[in-house]
Amino acid sequence: MTPAIRETLSTALTLLVFSVVGAGLLSGAFTLTRPTIERSEQTEKLALVSQTLPAGSFDNDLIGEARVLPADALLGLKRPGQAYVARKNGVVSAVVLEAIAPDGYSGQIRLLIGIHANGSIAGVRVTAHKETPGLGDYIEIARNAWINQFVGKSLGAPADADWKVRKDGGVFDYLAGATITPRAVIKAVNKALHYFAAHQAELLAPQPEKRHVQP
Amino acid sequence: MSSPEAATLPNSAPLSTPGSAPELAAPRAGFLSQESRDIIVKGLWTQNPGVVQLLGLCPLLAISNNVVNALSLGLATTLVMAMSSGSVALVRNFIPHEIRIPAFVLIIAVLVTMVELAMHAWVPALYIVLGVFLPLITTNCIVLARVEAFASKRSTSHSVLDATMMGLGLTAVLVVLGGVREAIGKGTLFSGIDLALGPVAKGWVIPLAHDYNGFLLAILPPGAFIGLGLLIALRNRLMMRDNG
Repeated sequence: MTPAIRETLSTALTLLVFSVVGAGLLSGAFTLTRPTIERSEQTEKLALVSQTLPAGSFDNDLIGEARVLPADALLGLKRPGQAYVARKNGVVSAVVLEAIAPDGYSGQIRLLIGIHANGSIAGVRVTAHKETPGLGDYIEIARNAWINQFVGKSLGAPADADWKVRKDGGVFDYLAGATITPRAVIKAVNKALHYFAAHQAELLAPQPEKRHVQP
Repeated sequence: MSSPEAATLPNSAPLSTPGSAPELAAPRAGFLSQESRDIIVKGLWTQNPGVVQLLGLCPLLAISNNVVNALSLGLATTLVMAMSSGSVALVRNFIPHEIRIPAFVLIIAVLVTMVELAMHAWVPALYIVLGVFLPLITTNCIVLARVEAFASKRSTSHSVLDATMMGLGLTAVLVVLGGVREAIGKGTLFSGIDLALGPVAKGWVIPLAHDYNGFLLAILPPGAFIGLGLLIALRNRLMMRDNG
């Protein structure tokens, strides 16, 4: 072995040792933090999902019993999402659907839409968006109560033609500075109601032992 | 570099948060060697990464739109810097010169990921707010700069001290910038502190003015550049005055 090769090998070996030690440390940290991270993600998710439902309207494990929602154009989902079925004393009271408004001012707006078993909206929350801070971000409940005007609306009340901001001749308020954002949200919520109407039977089916909705 | 810089120390007060520069440097000065004192003064003032070296500003400018974000990312960066410089100084004699940069980057990336996992586990709300800027600490050039320029040649304790002081210097600039941007842009201070300290802290937000509509420019990225420019100008002014 020439000295050059020996040196190359020892250099490579050193880097290998560093990589192995690094990987070991990382897997240690990962294993150590995973239970806590999973728990806090569940809590976070539950807090978010339950915001779209009236307090005390369910007594089941929303997150644990989540069902897979197949990708669907009406919900704007390109990949399967999740549906959370709320049950009270064994009776299905509402369902929370994941949906995406694809046409926000700067990309997708992710939504959670709670719909009562009777088809009226229980609540809507924005879970992720990239709208302009200070202009389009009033769709967040933390900034404005705007999103609450969906509560109680249902398919046909108002009529489809009125699911627009007032500026466009509809019934929904909007805040000055941003109309593209509310348009996208309103359209997405209306489409989610159409989805609910078309798939009501499967979504509300009591199937606690089965986790997947058949597409 | 003792007397002129020691004399500038009191002037670092307006640029730093209460409790960082003067307290850290002044009372302990008697116990520390001249070298340690130089390291502290350099990190916090004469070679401050934020307003003098202008290193590692990309993620930091983006996140300095309020005090809590700025302080959180600043402290996370400081922690990573201290750990990286400490680890590199410990193993510096085992790293062949040719592969030092990949080895340093590897060490930094491992430490950043560990800090990221820890924050995800124990301060999840803050983890979400800092988002992509947390893993981006890996690519923050000030971390690698201190490792390469200092820790790869000096003793472990001095390396940790240097990295900590550089990190705190950067944090101080960030917090001041965050404070100014938040006060002008939103009319509050410490908004979102509950994300870092839990719901207990919800009432700690200080509203500076009632019915203030905010000034969007300060919150958006241009506000960061304008604010940083003003801070640099202020520091230069202080330095000029000191130097006659």
